Amino acid sequence: MVQISLPKNSKVQKGEYFKDKTGSKNIRKVNIYRWDPSSGKNPRIDTYEVDMDNCPSKVLDLLNKIKNEIDPSLAYRRSCSHGVCGSCAMNMDGKNGLACTKPHSEIKGDINIYPLPHLKVEKDLIGDLSTLYKQYQYIEPWLKNSKKDDGKENLQSTEDRAKLDGLYECIMCACCSTSCPSYWWNGDKYLGPAVLLQAYRWIIDSRDEERKERLKKVADELKLYRCHTIMNCTNACPKDLNPAKAIAEIKKMLATA
Amino acid sequence: MSSYKIIDHEYDVVVLGAGGSGLRAAVGLSEAGLKTACISKVFPTRSHTSAAQGGISAALGNMDEDDWRWHMYDTVKGADWLGDQNCIEYLCKEAPRAVLELERYGVPFSRTEDGKIYQRSFGGMTKNYGNETIQRTCAAADRTGHAILHTMYGQALKHNTEFFIEYFALDLLMKNGECKGLIAWNLNDGTIHRFRAHITILATGGYGKAYYSSTSAHTCTGDGNAMVLRAGLPLQDMEFVQFHPTGIYGHGTLISEGVRGEGGYLLNSKGERFMERYAPKAKDLASRDVVSRSIAIEINEGRGVGKEKDYVHLHLNHLDPKVIEKRLPGISESSRLFANVDVTKEPIPVVPTVHYNMGGIPTNYKAEVITVDGSEKTVPGLMAIGETACVSVHGANRLGSNSLIDLVVFGRAAAKRAAELVKSGTPHEEISNSETEKCLDRFDKLRNGAGSNPTADLRLAMQKTMQSKCAVFRTEKTLNEGVKEIRKPFKGMDSISVKDKSLIFNTDLVETLEFDNLIRQAIVTMDSAYLRKESRGAHAREDFSKRDDKNFMKHTISWCNGSETKIDYRPVHTSTLTNEVQYFPPQERVY
Repeated sequence: MVQISLPKNSKVQKGEYFKDKTGSKNIRKVNIYRWDPSSGKNPRIDTYEVDMDNCPSKVLDLLNKIKNEIDPSLAYRRSCSHGVCGSCAMNMDGKNGLACTKPHSEIKGDINIYPLPHLKVEKDLIGDLSTLYKQYQYIEPWLKNSKKDDGKENLQSTEDRAKLDGLYECIMCACCSTSCPSYWWNGDKYLGPAVLLQAYRWIIDSRDEERKERLKKVADELKLYRCHTIMNCTNACPKDLNPAKAIAEIKKMLATA
Repeated sequence: MSSYKIIDHEYDVVVLGAGGSGLRAAVGLSEAGLKTACISKVFPTRSHTSAAQGGISAALGNMDEDDWRWHMYDTVKGADWLGDQNCIEYLCKEAPRAVLELERYGVPFSRTEDGKIYQRSFGGMTKNYGNETIQRTCAAADRTGHAILHTMYGQALKHNTEFFIEYFALDLLMKNGECKGLIAWNLNDGTIHRFRAHITILATGGYGKAYYSSTSAHTCTGDGNAMVLRAGLPLQDMEFVQFHPTGIYGHGTLISEGVRGEGGYLLNSKGERFMERYAPKAKDLASRDVVSRSIAIEINEGRGVGKEKDYVHLHLNHLDPKVIEKRLPGISESSRLFANVDVTKEPIPVVPTVHYNMGGIPTNYKAEVITVDGSEKTVPGLMAIGETACVSVHGANRLGSNSLIDLVVFGRAAAKRAAELVKSGTPHEEISNSETEKCLDRFDKLRNGAGSNPTADLRLAMQKTMQSKCAVFRTEKTLNEGVKEIRKPFKGMDSISVKDKSLIFNTDLVETLEFDNLIRQAIVTMDSAYLRKESRGAHAREDFSKRDDKNFMKHTISWCNGSETKIDYRPVHTSTLTNEVQYFPPQERVY
């Protein structure tokens, strides 16, 4: 039988242990994936003992506390800290989400933090999202409308505008796409839930005049139909959006066109 | 520092920053056929424009009769007469066209029953020169900034803008007082990049992170402002820091003014609608500085809510849940996540929180950077737009929803002006290596910092000093202490500790460089505030409680070399741009 094993340099090793120095009675252990591309070493899991008495409620607060007080070398993306910029998407306790909106109290036992799954890791918790960004560009996310500039807006009824709700709010954090098994295996060809949700956002916009071309652009065995309605995407979305439904709507439009 | 690998680039124009203004400029430059690079330390849609909620102002008149002159009057008054009226005229006159352009780009604005762009009430926005509240702020629910930013990024993709993403800018390349480009560090692979450009447009946003509690993102560190200071150029009106009346208590998350625009109101611990006392006409929709001061007074006089009596309540639970769901879904989510509050049932605990910098890089209305050297003159090759710029259209206090319009109006103006100034493909001048060496010396020194002061400690000391000595209310005593205290963290950089020595995604070093940027801005903010002995807009001195037009109707201009500052002043423009509108002479400012 064929024996399959990981290449040596991808085996995750036990890393450093940072013992609490505050003497706090309320300690939690936080295990974090670390990898420094310039070190030539394997990835490792570092463990930090964190004083929870002086830590605000979210996982991002925990990471900031570690970075500010224990280990400044820890690398992660973060910006707005209230769930609108999408920078701090990562895998916490086995589930993708935004560190800035995820309460650490929801995690039982040790807190395990990894980068988003199945991305090339750039360093520690920072994943490479360039493929997803290229796929986003592929769907041409801009309004296609031949209306001349006559000093007036395109009119749109409140009903037509309501069709964009649940779509335009996407912050491109990639929690959905990186939780999707189909995207894991065929991420270079399958557009994935985040990008398909955005494709649908433009397909359904009443002001857009190229619905047919847009549908044609995604109607492909790999780009669209690799979605097998696993629904991980919808479960993962930190903004409570429903990419699986958007994909189903695209399929429906194609089937009934 | 020849040990760093340097990669050279040549562009007609380089835009630093990919928020609302940077993207709008980049789109305009691409349309004009100029070879453009857009450099950003974060992926464009992560920029802080995404956090803008309530809306974008423009006298479209979709809800009721409106006139850009009324908008202009409101902005002049909001600015407490420190704004330059020629620039404000340009902003307000261009605003409707700019919003319609955004709509054509695809921004998903909320709609009126007849399908037009929905507009809501906002603080300080009035009808017929201050008479009654008007609905002028165009909204995409309460996610207007997000909607605009993502749409602008789409437009940039449409125009094939060349992006350099996750590049951290270090310094400007200057030659004989002209800007020739900039140097940046590529976080993805650790290389250093030298961008030569005929024009460099700074669109780097504000520096809210100089304070402990702010609605700003971690990345709002005013990098462009600091690059300008290091290039020996001045900043303007840095003492004017806007406190948004309603940041969530304890967390700082913004709760849009749109909440009050849709009918929400503030209550103190006695259940009083206290704004009626401070602003009898506009009440909760007075301009932000007025509401923030009113809240601060309520708290100082013991009428705050909670165990420590240190916040007030923002109510919207009397509103129809359908209105909340349709118009304010984002703040409902934020309140649930960060205050554990169901806004349909309970009030939100709020407190004035640092939100916006009126000050920044002085420019004219064409976005060209200005310096004062005997007389006012433009700095060839350098432009600034958005929050980093001080045009000045916001003067001493910005009106809500005037920032998003500022981004797109002046983003476009910069592209237009650059297209007039630059002929595509013009060869670049040689610049001596000494500029690059000076920049990399600083970079290398910080990178190898092996002292005893972690960056996080110095940053915290700076933030606490700014928060306690340069807050909503200021006095000679607090500012005098602040002027001395704020120099300590700067001095602390002599013995800074940077643990990570690598070059790829070294966020320890990024934060250190950001701190180096912040502390310089904090110093000029404190010194400028100390020297302005009057109260105007967001700068409220308890010891000089009145506006003093005789002595202080002027812009503060500040240079900073190390921790040494030089403060000067330049007059406020007292004329309009055209004769379509008359200059609004100073009046007493009541709401």
